[in-house]
Order: sequence, then structure tokens, then C-alpha cells
Amino acid sequence: MHELSIAMGIVDAALEEAGRRRARVSAVHLRLGALSGVVKDALLFSYEVACQDTPLEGSRLIVEDIPVVVYCLPCCQERALKSLQSFRCPECGTPTMDVRRGKELEVFALEIEDGAEMNEARGAEQESEVQKLEVPK
Amino acid sequence: MSEPRLVEVRRNVLKQNDVIARSLREQFRAAGVFVVSLVSSPGSGKTMFLERTLTQLQPHYRVAALVGDLATENDAIRLARSRAPVKQITTGTLCHLEAAMVQNALADWNLHELDFLFIENVGNLVCPSSYDLGENMRLVLMSVTEGEDKPLKYPTIFNSADVAIVTKNELSAAVEFDWDAARASIQSVRPGMQIFRLSAKTGEGMEEYLSFLARQLTEQRAPAHS
Repeated sequence: MHELSIAMGIVDAALEEAGRRRARVSAVHLRLGALSGVVKDALLFSYEVACQDTPLEGSRLIVEDIPVVVYCLPCCQERALKSLQSFRCPECGTPTMDVRRGKELEVFALEIEDGAEMNEARGAEQESEVQKLEVPK
Repeated sequence: MSEPRLVEVRRNVLKQNDVIARSLREQFRAAGVFVVSLVSSPGSGKTMFLERTLTQLQPHYRVAALVGDLATENDAIRLARSRAPVKQITTGTLCHLEAAMVQNALADWNLHELDFLFIENVGNLVCPSSYDLGENMRLVLMSVTEGEDKPLKYPTIFNSADVAIVTKNELSAAVEFDWDAARASIQSVRPGMQIFRLSAKTGEGMEEYLSFLARQLTEQRAPAHS
């Protein structure tokens, strides 16, 4: 069970990014690959513990599960694996170790409250706003 | 106050570990030492396997080991019988080794005086898979007593490893170990994986694996192809 130390790493990363923008974080979006070695439920539980007594207390951790995607040479295509028990192209059955996605353990985005953000912090950072993702209510 | 908005930050959570691991790998390369890490379940015979490895390599190579353990120094004491330099990393409650622990443990060692360094991780098939230690090669051990489908139960760690070692082969007959089924499970989660089947107790199969290690060292030290 190493999810608590992972959760503390997430909190540290989020606090650093938030501090740089002098913003309050209401949610942290995490990309979690199926091959990251991290168990989602244990991580969600650990996140609450890791947030205690920090400015992130009460924030949500929103996990996007990333499946394992391999490249299949005969098909010339990226394919999502159906199961971690079988590293074969789900279409043609060729074994492959060319893993293109699925190892992610990445704080992808933060939901921050605009009112709490200082104006000078904007523009100083070349941050890209994520337009296509919807902010969950 | 307006609606919360989303800003992209893209931060790798294990970046700190990965940065240290990269620096370790660079140090290992510069010193010409080949570094092998070992992962397995508790009780699969890692320590005995490592003791035999150190003892048999010792006459020909300069070898050393770091061993991770939750609480005791028993493994280091056992390994010291091989007369190779051995250092214990006691992890306390932590279930895995991290690159920073390896870096600290190696602080007063001269890597240039070594040919092989072995890093025995804490007995655990889950947590160590996430942490790069800067090793050149990760060995995953499974003993014949653990069942042929062990790789299917822990695909992440088997997939992250480079070589599989099937240990305690002297017990194969007693537990009716199905070698073909085991090989199929390993190949299913890690296609193309090299597998050695051996007994650290009797020494059967050790030679083949040790010559494999020797070849890895030679290859690592060969000048890079242009």
C-alpha cells in the first residue's frame, strides 16, 4: 500500500502549482494509467488523509482512468488492451510490448477559483486553459 | 466569485523519483557497474538466490548488494556470509524502495570499484513496480510453490521487469509444477521475456543465469555503436 505516499506527492504538486498562481484549488484532475501500479480506491481514500491540514483540505480528486494502449506492428495501429493479463493485439492476436499509454501518474489539471487568483499571476505563467474538459458541478 | 475554471498543469507525480533514478543510472553507466534489482513476493527465496549469486560471482567479479527490508537486518547478515559488501536499507513501514534511498545508501561507496551491484527490494509484488531505481535490469522472482498463474495475478510488476527467475526448482515435482503453464503466464503478461528456471539451493540452473549476467556486463561496457 504505497498510495499514501503517492497521494502526498499529488498534494505537493497541486500545492506548488496553486501557490505559483496564488489560487485556491477545488479539485485535482489526475490521469491514472492501468500500468501505474496504483490502486484507485486506495488512492482516493489516501488523498483525503493527505489533504488534511493543508490548503487542499475539502478538495476533490477526480481520476481519469487511462487504459493500456499498445502499438501493433502488423496492424500498424494503436490498440487498447482488453486485459492486463494478455499483452496481445485484441484484433490480430500478435504479442506486443510496445506500450504507448497506460503508465501515466500525472496531475493533469487543477480546478481553481478565479476570484481567489491574483491578477498578476495570470500572464506570468504561460498556462493553457483546458477548454474541452467540462468542470463538474 | 465566478465558477471554478480548469488549468492544465501536467505534473508527473513521480517526477522527483524519476529524476534521481536517471541520475543514478548515469552514475552507474559512468562507473561501469551493472545494476540488477530483484522483486518478488515475500518468501520466494530472494535472499537465498542473492546469496548464491554473490558467492558464485565473487571469485570473478567485484560484487556488492543493497537489501531493503521493513524492519530487520537478518537478510544483510545472511548475505554477509558471501563476503561481498552488503548494506541494509531499513524502510520502516514503507513497502518499497525509492531512488532516493538507493542514492543515500550508496553515498559512501565507490561505484568504480564494482562490477555488479544487486538491489534487493522489499518482498512485495505491488508497490515496487511504480519506482524506477536507476537499475539496468529488473529481475522478478517467482518460486514453483507460488503457482503457475502468479504473473497473471500481478501483471503490472511482471510487465515492468526484464527477466523472470523461477526459483526453488528442486521442489517442482513435490508441488507438481506445470512449467508450460508458468511459461505461458509469463509470456502473456510480458511477451518475449527471458526466463531462467533454477534452484538456489542445489545450484541447478545457476550457471546459465550467471553467464547471462556476465554477457550483460560485457555489453554494457562495450563502446557504443556509432
